[in-house]
Amino acid sequence: MRTSHIVADFRIVARSYFRNPVALFFSLIFPIILIGMFGLIFSAAGSGSVNLVVINEDHNSPVSVAFLQALNNTTVVKVQIVSVTPQNFSSYLGANGDSVGLMIPAGFQSDYVNHTAVNLTVFSNKNDPSSAGAVSGAVQGVANEFNLRAVCTGKSCAPIVGFTLRNVGSQVYKYIDYLIPGLIGFSILTSPMFSMVDIASSYRKDGIFRELSLTPLTKSEWLISRILWYVALTFVTAAIMIGAGILLFGAHVTLTTGLIPFLIVGPFFFVSLGMLAGSVAKTPESAALIGNIITFPMMFLSGTFFQVSSMPPGLQAFARVLPLYYVIDGMNQVMLFSNTTRALTDALIVFGLSVVVFLAAIRFFKWRDE
Amino acid sequence: MPAAIEVEGLVKRYGTLAAVDGINFSVPAGTVFSFLGPNGAGKTTTTEILEGLRRRTEGEVRVLGLDPWTEGAKLHQQIGVIPQDFRFFEKITPKEAIEYYRALFGTKVNPKTLLEQVALSDKANSRYDTLSGGQKQKFGLALALTNDPEICFLDEPTTGLDPQARRAIWAVIRNLKREGRTVFLTTHYLEEAELLADQVAIIDHGKIIAAGSPAEIIQTHGKPARMSVEGSPVLAEYLRMNLGAAAVVVDGKISVTLSNKGDALKILTAIEESGLPWTSFTTTHDTLEDVFVRLVGQMDEGALKSEESP
Repeated sequence: MRTSHIVADFRIVARSYFRNPVALFFSLIFPIILIGMFGLIFSAAGSGSVNLVVINEDHNSPVSVAFLQALNNTTVVKVQIVSVTPQNFSSYLGANGDSVGLMIPAGFQSDYVNHTAVNLTVFSNKNDPSSAGAVSGAVQGVANEFNLRAVCTGKSCAPIVGFTLRNVGSQVYKYIDYLIPGLIGFSILTSPMFSMVDIASSYRKDGIFRELSLTPLTKSEWLISRILWYVALTFVTAAIMIGAGILLFGAHVTLTTGLIPFLIVGPFFFVSLGMLAGSVAKTPESAALIGNIITFPMMFLSGTFFQVSSMPPGLQAFARVLPLYYVIDGMNQVMLFSNTTRALTDALIVFGLSVVVFLAAIRFFKWRDE
Repeated sequence: MPAAIEVEGLVKRYGTLAAVDGINFSVPAGTVFSFLGPNGAGKTTTTEILEGLRRRTEGEVRVLGLDPWTEGAKLHQQIGVIPQDFRFFEKITPKEAIEYYRALFGTKVNPKTLLEQVALSDKANSRYDTLSGGQKQKFGLALALTNDPEICFLDEPTTGLDPQARRAIWAVIRNLKREGRTVFLTTHYLEEAELLADQVAIIDHGKIIAAGSPAEIIQTHGKPARMSVEGSPVLAEYLRMNLGAAAVVVDGKISVTLSNKGDALKILTAIEESGLPWTSFTTTHDTLEDVFVRLVGQMDEGALKSEESP
C-alpha cells in the first residue's frame, strides 16, 4: 500500500469530478433541492390540525371521554391517546417529536360532578408557539363549554375546569430536524452506489481496469482512493444540507464531532458495496439492475424521508437489516438525541460491515482475466 | 542478441476450444516483431498472455526473463502496452495522465519530452474526450512510455486512423526501435508489418503458419516473380521454344515466370532478338499481403500445416 499511489489516483478522481457538470450538480445543488423540496412539502402538511398527545389518568371516565370528544370536534386538534405515566409524559413528548400534550388528572369526573375545581395540564414547546397557541385555545374553549353545562349550585358558579400550561421537558423535534440526518444518509447511499456500480462495469468494458492493471497501482489503493473521495464529498454535502436546513427551515440539529465517524464509515461501506455489486455483474445493464435492487429499499425504508419509528412493525424489523438504517440512526443519535452509546454501536456495526464488503469487493473485482 | 520474448509450446484453451494451440517463437531484443493473423486467430490472446493479463493453459513463456503471469508486477515496470482502441478517463489531459503514471511508476520522466516524442505537444492540455482517434492513440503511446519500457506492446495501433495519423504512429515506432526498445506489434495492415518489422509471425486458428523476416516469408511462401510484356502474342511461343520459359498469354499480355535472378535479362534480350513487335514490360512479385491471403486461405481449406519458427 503506497500513499503516493492513493494521492495520485485521488487527484485524478477529483479532477474528473470537478470537470463533470452533472456530477457537480448532484453533489452540490441537488442536496439543497432535496432539503428544500421535502422541507416545503412537510412544513405545508403541518398546517392542518395539531396532533395532541393525551394521557387520560381518569381511566376513560365518561366525562373525560366526552371532553376529549369535544376537543376532537373542534377540528383544531387531533387527539391521540397514549399510555405513559405522568412522570414520563414530558420526556415522552420530547423523544417522539410531538410538541403538545394534554394530561387529564385522576378524579376529573368526580371533581366535575362535585363542582370541585380541577386543572388539566397542557404541555407545549416554546419552539412551536403556533401549535401551543392552537391547543391552548381549543382546550380553553371546550373547558368553557363544560363549565357552562355544569349546573350552578347556590352561590357557587365558579369555573370548574381550568388548565395550566407546562413546557415539555426536552427539545422537541420537527420533521426538518429528522430530515437532515435522513437526507445526509440518502446521499451517502445514492451518490457512491450509483456511480461505483456504473464505474465497476464501464471501466471493465472500456478496458480502463486493464490499463490500470499494467501500472503498479493495486486494487486496494484504487478502491481506497475512491472511498476517500466520497468521504470528502460527503463532508461537503452534509455541510450544505445542514446549512440549508438551518437557514431555510430553522432546523435544530447539534453540530458535533460525533457526526464525523458516520460521514466516514457511510461512504466506506457504500463505495465498497457499489464496487462489489458492479463486479459480480456480467454486463453494465445487470450491474445497474443489481445496484437498484440494493439501493431502492434502503432509499425509502432506512429513515431517509420517513422516521423508522413511524413505520409498521414489520417494516421496522426490515429496516433494521438495512445497513443505511444504522448510518441514519447513528446520525440521529448524535445530532438530535445526544445518545453517544447508541451512536457508537451504530458506527461499529457499519464499520464491521464495511470491512467485510471492502474485502469482498477487492476479491471479486478483477483487473485482469483469470 | 538475447531474446526479449521467448514462447515455447504455448496453449490457451477456453473449455475445449484451443484459442492458441502450441505456438513457439522468440523475439530478439531491440527488434520490431510483428504478429499477424485474421480476426479470432489467437493474436490478442497471445499478446495478453505475454503482457501478463491472461493466464496460459500450457507452455513456457518468458518476457525479459520473467513469467508474465506470476511475475506480472515486476514485468509491468519494464513493459509499455497500448491496447487496441486506447481508452482513458474522459476529462483528463495527456499531461495530467503522464503525471499520474509517473507517480504510480515512481519515475522522473518529463511530460513535455514524452509528448514531443509522440508528436502530441500541442494537445498536452486537451482533455481525452476532445481528442481525435490518432491523437488518442498517441496519448496511449505516450502513457505506455512513461516507465521507459524495454518492450512496447502495440495492439493494432493504427486501426481506424487516417493515412497521415498512421504515418505519424509509424514514425514513433521507428523511433522506439532506434532507441533500442523491442516492439511487439500486432496489426491488420500487412504493408505496416512489411515496412516496420524485422521479424513476422503469421498465426491462424491458434497455430503459427509462417515465420521469418518479411522477405523470407515472401520467398518461402510467395509465388515466383513474373514479367508481363505487352506485345505480339507470338512472343509467348517464341520464348517457350527458344528459352524453354513458362510463358503464357493472360488478358492479351505475355506473362513469364521468373524462376531465377537472371531470368529477366535473358527474356528481354530474347524478345529484342526475336524482332517481334513489343511496347512495354513490368515485373511483379508477391507482397506480404498476397502471401498472407494465400496462406490463410489454404489454412481455412485445411491444406496447410503449421510451421515452427526458426
